Amino acid sequence: MAEAMQHYKPGEHPDLPPPRESVGPIAWVRQNLLSSPLNAALTIGSLYLLYLVLPPFLDWAIFSANWQEGTSRADCVKDGACWTMVRARFGQFIYGFYPQDERWRVNVAFLLFFVPVAALLIERVPGKRYFAIFLFAIYPVIAYILFYGGLGLQEVPTARWGGLMLTLILGAVGIVVSLPIGIVLALGRRSALPVISLICTGFIEFVRAVPLITVLFMASVMLPLFLPVGVTFDKLLRAMVGIALFGAAYMAEVVRGGLQAIPRGQYEGAMALGLNYWKMTGLIILPQALRIVIPGIVNTFIGLFKDTTLVLIIGLFELLGIVQAAARDANWIGLSREGFVFAALVFFIFCFGMSRYSQYLERRLHTGHKR
Amino acid sequence: MTASAETQMTSRRRSLLQDERIRGLILQILVAAGVIAFAAFIVHNTATNLARQGIATGFGFLGNTAGFDISQHLVEYKLTSSYGRAFLVGLLNTLVVSACGIVLATILGFLIGVARLSKNWLVAKLATVYVEGIRNIPLLLQILFWYFGVLATLPSVRNSLSLGDVVFLNNRGLYASWPIFEPGSGLVAAAFVLGLIGAIALRRWAKRRQDRTGQPFPIFRAGIGLLLGPPLLVALLAGLPFSWEHPELRGFNFSGGLRVLPEFAALLLALTLYTAAFIAEIVRSGIQAVSYGQTEAAYSLGLRPRVTTRLVIVPQALRVIIPPLTSQYLNLTKNSSLAVAIGYPDLVSVFTGTVLNQTGQAVEVIVITMLVYLTISLAISIFMNWYNRRIALVER
Repeated sequence: MAEAMQHYKPGEHPDLPPPRESVGPIAWVRQNLLSSPLNAALTIGSLYLLYLVLPPFLDWAIFSANWQEGTSRADCVKDGACWTMVRARFGQFIYGFYPQDERWRVNVAFLLFFVPVAALLIERVPGKRYFAIFLFAIYPVIAYILFYGGLGLQEVPTARWGGLMLTLILGAVGIVVSLPIGIVLALGRRSALPVISLICTGFIEFVRAVPLITVLFMASVMLPLFLPVGVTFDKLLRAMVGIALFGAAYMAEVVRGGLQAIPRGQYEGAMALGLNYWKMTGLIILPQALRIVIPGIVNTFIGLFKDTTLVLIIGLFELLGIVQAAARDANWIGLSREGFVFAALVFFIFCFGMSRYSQYLERRLHTGHKR
Repeated sequence: MTASAETQMTSRRRSLLQDERIRGLILQILVAAGVIAFAAFIVHNTATNLARQGIATGFGFLGNTAGFDISQHLVEYKLTSSYGRAFLVGLLNTLVVSACGIVLATILGFLIGVARLSKNWLVAKLATVYVEGIRNIPLLLQILFWYFGVLATLPSVRNSLSLGDVVFLNNRGLYASWPIFEPGSGLVAAAFVLGLIGAIALRRWAKRRQDRTGQPFPIFRAGIGLLLGPPLLVALLAGLPFSWEHPELRGFNFSGGLRVLPEFAALLLALTLYTAAFIAEIVRSGIQAVSYGQTEAAYSLGLRPRVTTRLVIVPQALRVIIPPLTSQYLNLTKNSSLAVAIGYPDLVSVFTGTVLNQTGQAVEVIVITMLVYLTISLAISIFMNWYNRRIALVER
């Protein structure tokens, strides 16, 4: 009573707490799950769906699953997932048929790859230029020697490469090769010279209109016919050529989007300063255009990375291919789900990570334009 | 005298090289010559290689007998049919799975896209999990999972799952009853076509009347009535000219009725679920692109929420949605070629797989396949561009 009688000067009354119906978990449930009869029905439907899917899946994947080591299907005694198979074949899923004693080379190569990549992606790390030079100029040579052999290391033919290692190699090569080709194609498409523009446009539109699988078939069946008699190409190299050219056409369209977003004044300003075409492109236009389309480039990378699975159709055993081959093994017959779930998890981690990074970049790059 | 003439000559030569147009011309000639030389090199090598390996050239092989069976054919196909016929069967199978996939993925994608924007927290989160989960797993893995991981583990023919005696599901596929059209059903079809024409005409008239007088017309209800009424009436008058053909277990397999191959089901399921996730994102961004001010303005004009959605939000969102939707349709069609991994007899599997292996004529087969996909891509983008122009903003 005394409180109610108290007098305040204007503007000095303390804030009252919000009404009890609008805070707390019950209010949250009311607002977000049961705001109308339709919403309540949707909530109940969703809960029922979750009830149908989640408990059986968790039971299969975790609670009734076999986690112990073993050598054949008979070792899986519980009725859930047989992760024993994944454990037994883990080495193969990661390294393919790479010789056991040489697998350290793959580990070293990936360590040498991921450290500079992390340094490039994390903003606070200084000296990005040196990491980039290492990654693009020196690393490919080191990686080639480590993977393939030479300089005293035992030679490992590409037919023995496989698993996640091959997936990552295909993805990395596809990404590194397709970006510069894509930039050149995009510049060519926007060129004022009709012949060059025509060639680039034709290539881009043609490749984008056909499925990757036909490009891979072309690389694996037609490329040997294109070469002079006696010259042969490694099967893996042919797949890489196919993937890189395919990725380049998509990359070119992303880069073209960035080029088109640069206002005309930037071109005119550069020309007014007396820069020639290459200086204008390299110093003024591309740095701005590429910065705008980094999210788009990362999205194309994700697509390219997922598309590397297609090489299993032309007989290369990347992660998905080797998982599928494992399901046909007589010892583990009928265990295809476990392998697929494992491969899906690996792909999900890589692709989701990349897409999160791209979203983070998008937020960073758009700070100036958001209200 | 001579010296000055020489400097004049060199300066003219230099100025020629510094002329942008001439440099451009030279560059173009060089590039064109390079491309032509490269093409000639490839053609020469290919011709030599083909001659050395004794592989025939030309498109004559299309008339030869194929001699292999195809598990799903929409047009008549026998072991003695030609490679050209096999090509047609494969092409139709590709078109069927793509068309079904496009329709289903659009419906599912719109539903999930709207669900992501739902005010219901649980529904929105579930839709987000679906989209993020599906988008980040390769399509080929999903196809293989549905085929080898799910459909192959269904019970065998003798222990089929059944729904009444109408639908049977086992590891050889889905079997369902299918109507047989008896004489008189043509009249029903004719009544349906007439109803369709009537509905379209009514819609035009209603739109014109609303433009002129502002009076709305309940076109949706009237249209449904026109579409369903006449065929039903004619069917009843003609004494229901249909009968059902039920699948029956004969020997080791079902026969009769409709059969859906497990390959088709797995491919369609994976394509639909995968593309729907991308379409959902497109729909979400399209709806979010319409500023909230539009909704508020519509409310302040006195429009009800449902009418606001139909007349204000959807038309504007569609403008943002259609172009990326087109490329998703193209992607789905191209992705249907992954059928080769599970043996669904689509164009790539039949033609670029079996026919290529049998004839060895890699160049012709791959060129034909690529031309087909080019044509399909072109057709879809022409149609969608036409649709896009129709709904595009008419600015003053």
